[in-house]
Amino acid sequence: MQVSQLLIFLVLFPLIAAFFLLFARKSLERNWIVKLAALAIGAVSLWLLVAGFDKGMMMFGVSGKALDLAMLAIELVIAVYLLWLGLKHKKYSVVILVVIQAALLLWFELAFGHTLVELPNNLFVDQFSIIMAMIIGIIGSLICVYALGYMEIFHEHHKEIVDRQGMFFFILFVFLSAMFGLVFSNNLLWVLFFWEITTLCSFLLIGYSQTTEATNNAFLALAMNMLGGIAFVVALIYLATLDPSGRLLELSTLLKSGYAVAIVPAVLICFAGLTKAAQMPFSSWLVGAMVAPTPVSALLHSSTMVKAGVYIIVRFAPVLTGTTEGLMIALVGGFTFLLTSCMAISQSNAKKVLAYSTIANLGLIVACAGVGTYNLMWVAILLIIFHAIAKSLLFLCVGTVEHRIGSRDIEDMGGLIERMPKMAVMMFIGMAGMFLAPFGMIISKWAAIEAFIQAPFGLIFIIILAFGGSATLFFWSKWMGKIISVMRNQENVEKTVPQDKYTVLWILTALVVIVALIFPLISSVLIEPYIMDVYGYTTRLAEANIIIMLLMLGLLMIMPFSMLFESKTPRIAPPYMGGRTTEGGMKFHGSLGMSRDLVLSNYYLRTYFGEEKLFMVGVLACWGIILIALVMVVGVVL
Amino acid sequence: MIPEPWAAIVNAVIYLLLAPVVGGLIAGIDRRITARMQGRVGPPLLQPFYDVGKLFEKENLVVTTTQNFYVLSYLVFMAVSGALFFSGGDMLLVIFAFTLSHIFLVLGAYAAFSPYSHVGAERELIQIIAYEPMIIITAAGMYMVTKSFYVSDIVQSAVPIVLYLPGVFIGYLIVLTIKLRKSPFDLSTSHHAHQELVKGVTTDFAGPNLAKIEIAHWYEYVFLLGVVYLFFGFNPLLAIAAIIIAYFLEILIDNTTSRVKWQMTLRSAWLVAGTLGIINLGVLYYLRMVIVP
Repeated sequence: MQVSQLLIFLVLFPLIAAFFLLFARKSLERNWIVKLAALAIGAVSLWLLVAGFDKGMMMFGVSGKALDLAMLAIELVIAVYLLWLGLKHKKYSVVILVVIQAALLLWFELAFGHTLVELPNNLFVDQFSIIMAMIIGIIGSLICVYALGYMEIFHEHHKEIVDRQGMFFFILFVFLSAMFGLVFSNNLLWVLFFWEITTLCSFLLIGYSQTTEATNNAFLALAMNMLGGIAFVVALIYLATLDPSGRLLELSTLLKSGYAVAIVPAVLICFAGLTKAAQMPFSSWLVGAMVAPTPVSALLHSSTMVKAGVYIIVRFAPVLTGTTEGLMIALVGGFTFLLTSCMAISQSNAKKVLAYSTIANLGLIVACAGVGTYNLMWVAILLIIFHAIAKSLLFLCVGTVEHRIGSRDIEDMGGLIERMPKMAVMMFIGMAGMFLAPFGMIISKWAAIEAFIQAPFGLIFIIILAFGGSATLFFWSKWMGKIISVMRNQENVEKTVPQDKYTVLWILTALVVIVALIFPLISSVLIEPYIMDVYGYTTRLAEANIIIMLLMLGLLMIMPFSMLFESKTPRIAPPYMGGRTTEGGMKFHGSLGMSRDLVLSNYYLRTYFGEEKLFMVGVLACWGIILIALVMVVGVVL
Repeated sequence: MIPEPWAAIVNAVIYLLLAPVVGGLIAGIDRRITARMQGRVGPPLLQPFYDVGKLFEKENLVVTTTQNFYVLSYLVFMAVSGALFFSGGDMLLVIFAFTLSHIFLVLGAYAAFSPYSHVGAERELIQIIAYEPMIIITAAGMYMVTKSFYVSDIVQSAVPIVLYLPGVFIGYLIVLTIKLRKSPFDLSTSHHAHQELVKGVTTDFAGPNLAKIEIAHWYEYVFLLGVVYLFFGFNPLLAIAAIIIAYFLEILIDNTTSRVKWQMTLRSAWLVAGTLGIINLGVLYYLRMVIVP
């Protein structure tokens, strides 16, 4: 089969599966469709890797004109639908944004529809697209499989929420389809179309439970992403004004057309990327999105949505290299990384900590792409991969734990190692993947420091990394400490977790370790050739260092076995409780003969890292920077 | 430049064998000088070795068996990070391994689930985030002067690094105070028994585990003082003198200040890193980019 057919399969097949799911009435049918579809999507993604990794950039012509019109029609239908929803829920800001975007799109079609020629190559694939496809195809479909078991229990626990699982899985698969479309499209009109579909899907998924909070947060996400969508349309109009034949709408042409032509659309589209990647000042939509069922969060945070945002920014990174506009975008990412890492310290809600950590890591990716030197681009792509795997694992673990212990508060996860040992080990590995050497994220942080120090103005980002990185350390370590603390007389509540979920979780856990082991291979086969194509030279970590990292990873993996070779069996004693004022069983003497249980809770340092204060700082700083960038763009236009 | 593999391995092995001896002696000297400053005679020079020997003879008493794993990992990764440093490896990798080892100590304390260990662990984490930015800034500063992150290159550089990085050096001395567990920053555990935290992060470790923690500290001392050496690498004699003076200064500070709260520790460490460190690097950056491009 040809590569082009694989691409079309990956875009269309999830869509077909989605329609079947819409009409699947029984949960058994749904189970089979989701599992088989996930298997097919995963397998074809791997096939694409095998077929395409050594071919470089490939472009394909798919007859466009009719499709373009169909896409426009669908976008207008969506606009009408959103308009109706906005009016129904009295969300007038959304109504205004929808009207503006629809008007711009219609104007674009009327003004340029007749002058645009049919673009020769609407689809393309290169190593970067393949990496994205692997993330969407493997992690995305694993999350869909996990969602099967999760949603059953979700509806058992929440009788008040209308069971619309058919709709739910329909949207999940449409989402995957749109993501594939986005990373394979060479025609910017198509990119916009898929971009808007992902916005719509996330809107519907966040609002799934139809509570007031869910609806409000869904509209917040919609409004912020519409803002980005409008910037995207403006970029297209600008390009069509420059060349009415529309040849600049081809991504591959645009990226090679140089600073003078590409900088304005690059900044506008990167602005859209910032909204989608939930960078400050738009971070609140992703934090609000945690009201959705956990598989949705996992999907939004790891393989779809926010990854679309950073995907497009990394695509435009070569245009941004060395420009002041690029530096501005990088600064937005940098500040977001620093501030949200600090904000995560003050949170005890597990999903919120994960959300801030996602925003922070996306910020780092944006900072790398904004500065845009070749070695930073390498780091950005590596970060996308590592983050997707570890973060999906952590979200799914939190979801599972929440169903068992009835809470997503980190303070309630004490002693998880006794209560749910397998989950605790998986979470431990996932967190290690996020901040400990020699796992993925620390490899990226290391490479980022080495790359920033050679880049213009890189010093700013080194400082940001130094402080933000240590904040990261704090909130992960104390969470880790919570789950591994050995409390006495805890009951194991793990048995009831279904097998399907375990399969997904173990695969993701294994991936965290495996990718840390084989990242030099991923780098040399996929990332380096791509960087080479774009910049003409490439980078990698020094071989000696890679060997040392692998040795460290090996050492880390054999360390737990040291517990099997204890020479003498240790004697267990109660912890030190402070002498006379205590009694047995982890209790303290209180006044009037009362006895008080020992309660230990973590530090949240709210006076220093309080959410509201830092959020205000971030919003002001990042809006300021974005406005400067936009003013510069207006300057270029005039 | 990648260090010569054999010389690097020999250096690492020498460090692994000798660092505990040197570290233990430093601890012994430290205790003698501290005693003199307090008007006492102090223990014999080899007292730290006697202490550790005795600890190893004791029963392995634990709160949870997982503690053994965390303590062993702490020791092993502390030795690994020092060995990487002395074999001339990448400074950043050394720092990450160093952090990893400390996280294991913190996790060991968390695992015990006891009030004193727990507060000790939280404070140890605060100490880690207090000094971590400054160490990264130190590595970045050394790169800016010598154009390399490899310890082997930095140490061979004929440039008087300390003259280019005076602010960073002062910042590093504060890191040293925190890391040597000296007053005023001995929040999480202390060499002295007069604190509200009992023994803080090490409260629930006993016998052989406590001995391993002590040995890890010795490895740590040698590594931390090795970083001081790098600042003066252009003149080995001066470097050794600087190490002695720096350490003496740490003992003096320890005996003349009283412990501060964690807020003060975090604030002062970040303030120094955020002012002296950044200004120092900023000036250097300006000189490099603008004056001598």
